[in-house]
Amino acid sequence: MDPSRKRKIRLVVALTAAVLLASALIYTSFSASSEAKSPSQLMAGAQPGQSYQLTGKVANGSVRHEGSALVFRVRDRTDNTSVPVRYTGEVPDPFREGREVIVDVQKQGSVFVGQKDSLVTKCPSKFKAAHSS
Amino acid sequence: MAILGRACLIIALGLALYGAGASIYGARARKQAWVESGRRAVYAMFGVVAIAFVILIAAFIRSDFSFGVVVDHSSTTTPLFYRATAAWSSQEGSLLLWVFLLSAWSSLILFVLARKGKLREVAPYATAVLCGLGGFFLFCSIFLANPFGTLANPPLEGAGLNPLLRYPSMMIHPPALYSGYTLFTVPFAFGIGALVSGRLDASWITSTRRFALAAWFFLGLGILLGARWSYSELGWGGYWAWDPVENASLMPWLVGTAFLHSAMIQEKRGMLKVWNVSLVLAAGVLAVLGTFLVRSGILDSIHAFGASTLGVPFIVLIAVMALGSIGLVIWRRASLRSEHRLDSLFSREAIFLLNNLVLVGLCFVVFWGTFFPLISEAITGDKAAVGPPWFDRYTVPLALILVLLSGIGPVIAWRRATVSKLARYLAIPLAVGIAVPLLCLALGVGHHLEALLMFGIGAFSLTVVAQEFVRGAGARRAMTGDAPPAALLALVRRNRRRYGGYVVHAGMAVLFIGVAASSTFHNQRDARLSPGQTTKVGGYDVRYVKPTFSVADDHRNTGAIISLGAVLDVSKNGKHVTTLNPSRGYYPDLSQGPVSRFYQGESTSEVGLQAGLRRDLWTAIQPDTTQIDRLAAEADRKFPNATPQLSLFIAGTLAAGYARKPPPATFRVIDSPLVTWIWLGGLIVVAGALIALWPAGLRARRRAPAGYGARVARELGRA
Repeated sequence: MDPSRKRKIRLVVALTAAVLLASALIYTSFSASSEAKSPSQLMAGAQPGQSYQLTGKVANGSVRHEGSALVFRVRDRTDNTSVPVRYTGEVPDPFREGREVIVDVQKQGSVFVGQKDSLVTKCPSKFKAAHSS
Repeated sequence: MAILGRACLIIALGLALYGAGASIYGARARKQAWVESGRRAVYAMFGVVAIAFVILIAAFIRSDFSFGVVVDHSSTTTPLFYRATAAWSSQEGSLLLWVFLLSAWSSLILFVLARKGKLREVAPYATAVLCGLGGFFLFCSIFLANPFGTLANPPLEGAGLNPLLRYPSMMIHPPALYSGYTLFTVPFAFGIGALVSGRLDASWITSTRRFALAAWFFLGLGILLGARWSYSELGWGGYWAWDPVENASLMPWLVGTAFLHSAMIQEKRGMLKVWNVSLVLAAGVLAVLGTFLVRSGILDSIHAFGASTLGVPFIVLIAVMALGSIGLVIWRRASLRSEHRLDSLFSREAIFLLNNLVLVGLCFVVFWGTFFPLISEAITGDKAAVGPPWFDRYTVPLALILVLLSGIGPVIAWRRATVSKLARYLAIPLAVGIAVPLLCLALGVGHHLEALLMFGIGAFSLTVVAQEFVRGAGARRAMTGDAPPAALLALVRRNRRRYGGYVVHAGMAVLFIGVAASSTFHNQRDARLSPGQTTKVGGYDVRYVKPTFSVADDHRNTGAIISLGAVLDVSKNGKHVTTLNPSRGYYPDLSQGPVSRFYQGESTSEVGLQAGLRRDLWTAIQPDTTQIDRLAAEADRKFPNATPQLSLFIAGTLAAGYARKPPPATFRVIDSPLVTWIWLGGLIVVAGALIALWPAGLRARRRAPAGYGARVARELGRA
């Protein structure tokens, strides 16, 4: 076969494979993702059984243990709208009231149940307000 | 001193601007004096930034609370080692560290090239790029994140370093990562210089190769140290979470790995010029992108610095770097044509190309997953994120292919390989690669296909490397009559790059075997236990024997005043295996009441770990301090003006009370196989990279006579 034709065929095969793989990647990323929502957005319209990535701050005075579960409320960053979360699994060291958290949840009744080990607490020293003048 | 520090930054910015201008003018007008002046401006920039950096470190060591950044990130109670290194836990200090390292590496490469008289036409443009990058970070340091901001009324005490960061390797991790990022800007700058000047032969790659390798080495070391910190300090028992900031460091490392392989093809065969220059430019852009991800808070991450003003300037810089790079490559595309074509798909060039595609594919997967929240928001209007299972779906098969290629690459011939020769080289490794998973199955390890494949492919790759060393040393012995260790040593010394690379391949195989085993076959249990109770993990019985506490006994020298923990007895089939002592350290928060402050501050896990070559037993504890918190609040009300001694006494009494009547505590216990292989593999990779980086001695550099080369080739053929 003519070498330049051979090269063209190779290129077309490689590009087709790349496009197919990229399409699979893009498709699965949309189908496997969970939407990031604030507490007020979840209050407005969370569907039972659907996964969401809840982001906000741990409400003051809301943290308590119920057996092996950790129960707390997550509030909006800017106001006090909050949702109850029941979570089991690893609790990051920096977790405490007032801290920014991200947790994967599903609505079950009136409570949002956290996916095991999905709780992330932001590192506190990294977003301290500027102190200097 | 703060004024002097700020003045240094302003002078450095002036030097950066001058260096860029003088270099470009000198190159365009062909005035060597201006080019040299531009180069010296880089040396001066390094000197001035070094003074600023020392001033900042000294302020941290002296606990000079007139510096705002010291107040926010250090305290008098922070141990000295952590005070000295706390500077780069702050946004401001880490930017200064970036520009300090950048100016250091820039000075080094320019000094080396000037001494050797190399890349005279490329270097001025590269100098301008390096000065431009330095100028950008200096601008950010001066106007947006000033490390020398002062307080009119300095407090007597600072907030202290985040306790999570009080871990020795965590203090080395940022400089290692930043060295990697900044070192990647050196080949980037010379790639731009080569494109602008039109000198597109392999000389710029050869001259900056050691810097690209050093960037790869430091970035890899930083990633490894970060993973180790995560495993030992974060209290979740894992070492990689596909967090955006972890991913940010992985992307340039993957592209850099691809470049280190494909650069060999350009040096040997004059091929892949567009590809190589694109990889170098991409690695440079990804290095800055990594810094941007951490600085901007644009993506939700455990690490990200939020509420930052640096986002827009970084986006502008990245856009300029990316678009400029693409524009230059298109402009010079005619000069970047390959000198040779790929002779066969059955050749080392083709394997390297495939390895490059896999690495770039991996980088694309990581990039897509990391930026997916922004992509989905732009397309659908809703921010969405993908989790570790999505990453694993793509990265696991790609990693399998990568390890397989790392085994084939060293033995397949350049240009065109023959099946018979390759089969001869690969017969033993293939047999080992098939035998290992079968043996695992026979021993009842488990039926997880991907893990078994990784064990087999890893064993195959390790055997190839061992075989290459045996063959090479055998040939050397036949030539010189050296003893086996001497022959092996001489073999490596004569070709550090090649055999260093093989050691890296072996290390990566060991590391991936560790990752496959520990992520697939680990057993984990979260249990709430009272003293005397037992939980089962894997085949082990873990019994909570008794609680422990310590007051003002900071044996780890991290600044924790109170510690609550447990003694755990681990047994198997009734036989004692080990005793573990997980604990939790409590760091005081001076804004709380006199007694509560000892419990209401930050707290961190001190992991109880029994590490071994076969398996790790890992434990962490979350004591229930509800009762202590209630009693501490009561004590605050009763003794609002308690002296520090009385406060500590009461806090210690509460800890002793906890130990006398302990409430149930929550434990996480993990039995995980071959985790040590990950760290061992990482150390082997580090050793291999050091071998490849180490400068060759004069004797080794001297070209071997043709007759000697021919004899070695004959012996290798026989071996």
